Amino acid sequence: MTTTGEHLLSSVQMAHFVAHGSLRMDAVVPAEMNAEAMEVFAAGIPPVPYGTPVPEAYPEGSFMRRLVEVPEVAGALRSLVGLGPHIDHHFVHVREPYEGAAQPLHGDAIIDVRTDAFDVQLMYYPQEVTLEMGGTLSVPGSHLRRTNESDTGRYQNLRGQSRLVCPAGTVVFLHHGLWHGGRRNDSGTRRYMFKIRFNPTVRQRRLWDTSDLSDPRVADELNTVFPWYEHATGRLELYNRVLLWRALTGDEGFDLDHWVTRVSNRPQEVPA
Amino acid sequence: MTTINATPTPASAPAPTASAVRQQVLVLYLGTSALDSPVVGWSLYDGTGRTSPTTGDSDEPPYETGLAALCDGWRLIQAAQLIPPYPGHEYDVSFLKHEFFFEKLVDLDDAGR
Repeated sequence: MTTTGEHLLSSVQMAHFVAHGSLRMDAVVPAEMNAEAMEVFAAGIPPVPYGTPVPEAYPEGSFMRRLVEVPEVAGALRSLVGLGPHIDHHFVHVREPYEGAAQPLHGDAIIDVRTDAFDVQLMYYPQEVTLEMGGTLSVPGSHLRRTNESDTGRYQNLRGQSRLVCPAGTVVFLHHGLWHGGRRNDSGTRRYMFKIRFNPTVRQRRLWDTSDLSDPRVADELNTVFPWYEHATGRLELYNRVLLWRALTGDEGFDLDHWVTRVSNRPQEVPA
Repeated sequence: MTTINATPTPASAPAPTASAVRQQVLVLYLGTSALDSPVVGWSLYDGTGRTSPTTGDSDEPPYETGLAALCDGWRLIQAAQLIPPYPGHEYDVSFLKHEFFFEKLVDLDDAGR
């Protein structure tokens, strides 16, 4: 087994991603790389054309290549988007000290209605992020909502939102649809975040370590209800999550509390 | 008509007009279409320019329910209409559905600004 293979996500972790729309890995990037990143990011990283294969975008030995080859990062990427993903785009986000404004809550790119595929956004934080530094705001469980870019900008705060506070070297993987935004930096420290969006080039089915697929914690994760969900719509979130889990596993009989089975029941047997 | 006195206005605030009364707008997103259901999201816009509420500035809502905002003097302006799903889109999830707009009128000449 390769080093990458040893760090594949488990089914429980994948279920967490499907429910939350994100997966957080604290301090997985070594300190020396974090120090190097601060210099690399300050100097700026030129863009690459949309849809560039990783080896073309990031030559062997480059900082970005070594970042995506950190074993935990590589294992998560392989589990989420498979081998050979393309770089959609990347960007160094900078929140200046006392800058006075926050990003509106948004999803990246345009509304994306895929139900059996998704892009993944890697967000890397090379320095410790405190609450005052305006770490990324994200809304757990918002990724399946069909909203377009910053049309959600009216929403300032939602119950159960995540205001990222993390140690240096933290990487967060986001489903492309997750609502997020850079918070206002109220500190005197410039804050960096490096984002890479990955497009899969293979079918996203059972790419992770599926040996724990029947672990009851999978259903527990998928059943997560977030405090900001409206009562009725929260049930639709579970319904849509079941459909995504079916797409990812190929298990067309999977369900949570009979949600999908009940409303798709069309018995064909004719009484004698 | 009252005019603004010499209290400094934040640089980001628009230039004062003749009236000394300003509108604060509170948007509450509720768990159901009932005004007394729990707050799940909130936004605040301060027409006095004294504060600058923004995205991700608090994890705790200002009120537990919409009714609690009424009890505190906020005036309800608008509640979201209930619109049935379009056929074929019954399982789609999108924007928060139960949006309630409130206002409070604030006299800039009041003490404690």
